[in-house]
Amino acid sequence: MSNKPVPVPDSETTPFWEAAAQGVLKVQRCTGCGEHVFYPRVVCPSCLSDDLQWVSVSGRATVHAVTVVHRAAAPFKEDLPYAVALVDLAEGPRMMTQILTDAPEKLAIGDAVEVEFRRQGEGPPLPFFRPV
Amino acid sequence: MGRNFRDAVAITGAAESEVGILPHRTEMQLHAQAAKRALEDAGIPLSEVDGVLSIGSSHGTRMPSVQVAEYLGICPSYSDSTSLGGCSFEAYVQHAALAIDAGLCNTCLITYGSTQRSGGAGFGGGTDPWLPFSQFEAPWGLPMMTGAYALAASRYMHLYGTTREQLAEIAVAARAWARLNPDAPRHEPLTVEDVLAAPMIATPLGKLDCCLVTDGGGAVVVTRADRARDARKAPVWLWGSAETHTHSSIANMPDLTVTPAARTGPAAFASAGLRPQDMDLAMIYDSFTITALMTLEDLGFCGKGEGGDFVSHGRIAPDGEFPMNTQGGGLSYTHPGMYGIFLLVEAVRQIRGEAGERQVPVNLALVHGTGGALSAGSTLILGKEPRR
Ligand SMILES: [Zn+2]
Repeated sequence: MSNKPVPVPDSETTPFWEAAAQGVLKVQRCTGCGEHVFYPRVVCPSCLSDDLQWVSVSGRATVHAVTVVHRAAAPFKEDLPYAVALVDLAEGPRMMTQILTDAPEKLAIGDAVEVEFRRQGEGPPLPFFRPV
Repeated sequence: MGRNFRDAVAITGAAESEVGILPHRTEMQLHAQAAKRALEDAGIPLSEVDGVLSIGSSHGTRMPSVQVAEYLGICPSYSDSTSLGGCSFEAYVQHAALAIDAGLCNTCLITYGSTQRSGGAGFGGGTDPWLPFSQFEAPWGLPMMTGAYALAASRYMHLYGTTREQLAEIAVAARAWARLNPDAPRHEPLTVEDVLAAPMIATPLGKLDCCLVTDGGGAVVVTRADRARDARKAPVWLWGSAETHTHSSIANMPDLTVTPAARTGPAAFASAGLRPQDMDLAMIYDSFTITALMTLEDLGFCGKGEGGDFVSHGRIAPDGEFPMNTQGGGLSYTHPGMYGIFLLVEAVRQIRGEAGERQVPVNLALVHGTGGALSAGSTLILGKEPRR
């Protein structure tokens, strides 16, 4: 039984986690200015429009920054070492994720990755990424 | 330059509480101990305090300025618990100057207390499930706060070719300064090799790239300029100040290699009518080696990407040409969660000539605090003489 923190969807984020349960990565897109928005919000941080639509994205991304974790809190110790990254989605938004790989030290900034949903504990499937 | 609100005030008192590992202390005791010491340092009675600016690092300290004021018996006319994390106290000096200049109060007491090491209080972000952090970051197991700074460091080193050896120079210099500070916990020398050999936490940051984790508190007294001239010790004058924040979570930092200092540095220098090369001392937040490195660049002490060269060859160590973090910094002196109050205390001591064996000649000092995940920044420029 894992004690890793799990997302608890709320009225703003439920569409994200419902899509994740179907294996689809969705973010918001602002009808007012066209920007993709992540994390989910009730107003657009570029233009303050409240007309935000949920859209599917490609799931392709590029590693923007990456760290290989060697010391972690108790629930994550079993996974050490593992790579946590910030990835830039092809559509624009940046998100934090874990990269699934047997060789975390070989990951480099600029590497192409793609989403792979996986369950971790009791919560909804999480958007991990994997090198392409 | 014309008069501005900063000319209305001076710092007249500065002190630390006990610092170190303090399982017998509560957070409030450390606020109060530091407040008493700072007011005695200023020679100003408690009855004159009519502004209270306080924050603590535990989740239990709700309404911190209200709790501190009650504990000390103060009913202030100005109250402030703005949370900018570790740089709250630099921002409080600016807020105190604004409030005093506006006539809201005459003497402000700025305090901090933390038992984050011994008290087991959570630090590094809330846990409410609706927070973006809880849903989109906590599940990934990034060790906070080290992991956030490691991500920034990875990007910075990728772009500029800076090495772990160069980052280590900052920890080595901090230890060399700490060896001159009788209150620092560790006096054994440290080498670049030692820093590189320390256990890795999150690449590229090893254990000795990270600050100490301690308990402790501090306090600073800011008062009206005419009152400051009558206080027990020579006033320390506020030449320049600025504050900002650019994001909360590291995933939302606009540029992982540009810190809030890129905004507050130029603004603070402009307000003071000074340039980086005018500074005799730099007190730079060093929660991690990378924090200090990027901050030095963004404040304009060297060009972007040049920080690694800048901190090498003993430049920032004792007897170097750039005195920095002279009490040993967060890396080798103390770091009880929000370290910015300790930057201020050391700058005041250096300007007054009270720094003992580690004393350097200082007319003008820059103090830069950092809060959160490189989220917030506040810069102060302090002087021995009033601003002309
Ligand atoms: Zn918009």
